[in-house]
Amino acid sequence: MITLENVGYSYGGGDLLSDVSVKLSPGSFHFLTGPSGSGKTTLLKLCYGALLPTRGRATLFNTDLRALDRDQMALMRRRIGVVHQDCRFLDHLPLADNIALPLTVSGHNLADEAGNLTELMQWVGLAGRFDALPPELSGGERQRAALARAVIMSPDVIIADEPTGNVDWEMSQRLLHLLIELNRMGRAVLIATHDLALIRAAKSQVQARVLRISNHKLQLAGADL
Amino acid sequence: MNAGRIRNLLLGDPQAARVVPPSGFTAHLTLFAAGAMAFLAVFALALSTASGRLADRWAEELARSATLRINAPADQRTEQTKAALAILQQTPGVASARALSMEEQAALLAPWFGADLPLESLPVPQLIEVIEDDTGYDAAGLRLRLSAEVPGAVLDDHGRWRRPLVDAANSLRRLALISVLLIGGATAAMITLAANAALAANQQVIEVLRLVGARDGYIAQAFVRRFTLRALIGAGVGVATGMIGVALLPEASDEGGFLTGLGFQGAGWLLPLVIPPLGALVAFAATLFAARRRLGELS
Ligand SMILES: Nc1ncnc2c1ncn2[C@@H]1O[C@H](COP(=O)(O)OP(=O)(O)OP(=O)(O)O)[C@@H](O)[C@H]1O
Ligand SMILES: [Mg+2]
Repeated sequence: MITLENVGYSYGGGDLLSDVSVKLSPGSFHFLTGPSGSGKTTLLKLCYGALLPTRGRATLFNTDLRALDRDQMALMRRRIGVVHQDCRFLDHLPLADNIALPLTVSGHNLADEAGNLTELMQWVGLAGRFDALPPELSGGERQRAALARAVIMSPDVIIADEPTGNVDWEMSQRLLHLLIELNRMGRAVLIATHDLALIRAAKSQVQARVLRISNHKLQLAGADL
Repeated sequence: MNAGRIRNLLLGDPQAARVVPPSGFTAHLTLFAAGAMAFLAVFALALSTASGRLADRWAEELARSATLRINAPADQRTEQTKAALAILQQTPGVASARALSMEEQAALLAPWFGADLPLESLPVPQLIEVIEDDTGYDAAGLRLRLSAEVPGAVLDDHGRWRRPLVDAANSLRRLALISVLLIGGATAAMITLAANAALAANQQVIEVLRLVGARDGYIAQAFVRRFTLRALIGAGVGVATGMIGVALLPEASDEGGFLTGLGFQGAGWLLPLVIPPLGALVAFAATLFAARRRLGELS
């Protein structure tokens, strides 16, 4: 569904990433690790089309990223749920509206989706916080809300950048479980994380591949993980 | 762009309006600017229509009436007047010609010399009023013939002194119309600036909306709708105030001349009512243009 072929990227200086190839197919589960500043977030952005590769080719749902106009790009983004490292909410809207934002902007009638929304918010443990404004939330609550927003459109691909950075072990297991469940329904999942324990926990439940960025290249991590 | 899309941009999906936070300051500035501009536009329109009316009236009078003056010794005056009238009756393009009576001439002179002027004893020329028909007469030809047959006759077709006034009134009308256009352009510029400020202030919001899959049109709609409605409301208030101002101007009167005729007449009062929709249209186009350009710069 999403492929990067020999992709290179630089923000202007030297190459941050070079010769990266990844393929996210339906039902695949990938982890992405690497030191801070190695380019994990950058690689994820290339995958959901927020950045254009400086070299090589990125393909989203069989279309070359460069061939997409802005409206087509918007439609593609509805099929990819993203948990951003900094969450990115609209601070003036209550939490429930933020989580439902992908539905709102794609023209869904929110009244029809109220049941789904309530269920999802219960699932991530935010049932009592419908009307809270994002700045009032804790870091962990924000991440759970971001995950809820990422999956509300039941996207084909879920890309999460450090989704468990600020939550306790139990909550991170619940979030992981949610992602594994979605993966079993055929969604492709890609998670960038430093949390090796999370990766180990996942590997015991699902066939997951672990990719690591080192020296600007992408490698398959060994069995030690 | 079709009507459905425009309707959608303005009225569609109230949710879309909520996703962009309300912006108090630019909102008030836009309202004020639209109101002030509409107010000015009402006066420019009033000036334009009044000077237009004046130009038309003067041009009409200019074309329609002329005076023939007979400067002759008292004993020849009646004879020459008769001859002149005879010539005028034969001249093609003259609808009618009539010698003014003594009383009428005395009335004309009364403002200068008082009512009890003994006109009969003074060497005052006889006046003949000449009314033209639609085709008009050949003034040069008529003068030539009069100089041969009625030596004391002088044809005054008023053109010499009225023509510059008609030109002035016409220029005034043009200037007022240009002012209306400039007011429209200035409104577009101000709304573009305000819209750009609002778009810049909401950069983060726009980025988040793009990230969750909003199309440019959806994002633009939130801004376009706001600025269009503000311009409509502001211009509505401005036009209402301007029209009250024009209505309070003194009635047209002969003594006041041009200044008291400044205003709308009859159906002309409907003219300012097109300002609010036009202002809204300008705001709509300016905001849409600003939003499209701004959004095109983002990833
Ligand atoms: N917009 C940008 N412009 C210029 N340089 C950038 C930009 N974004 C990121 N970088 C640089 O690119 C490098 C990789 O950044 P990136 O965010 O991809 O790292 P990361 O692996 O996600 O790090 P972390 O684990 O801390 O989240 C960093 O050195 C960063 O400073
Ligand atoms: Mg990162």
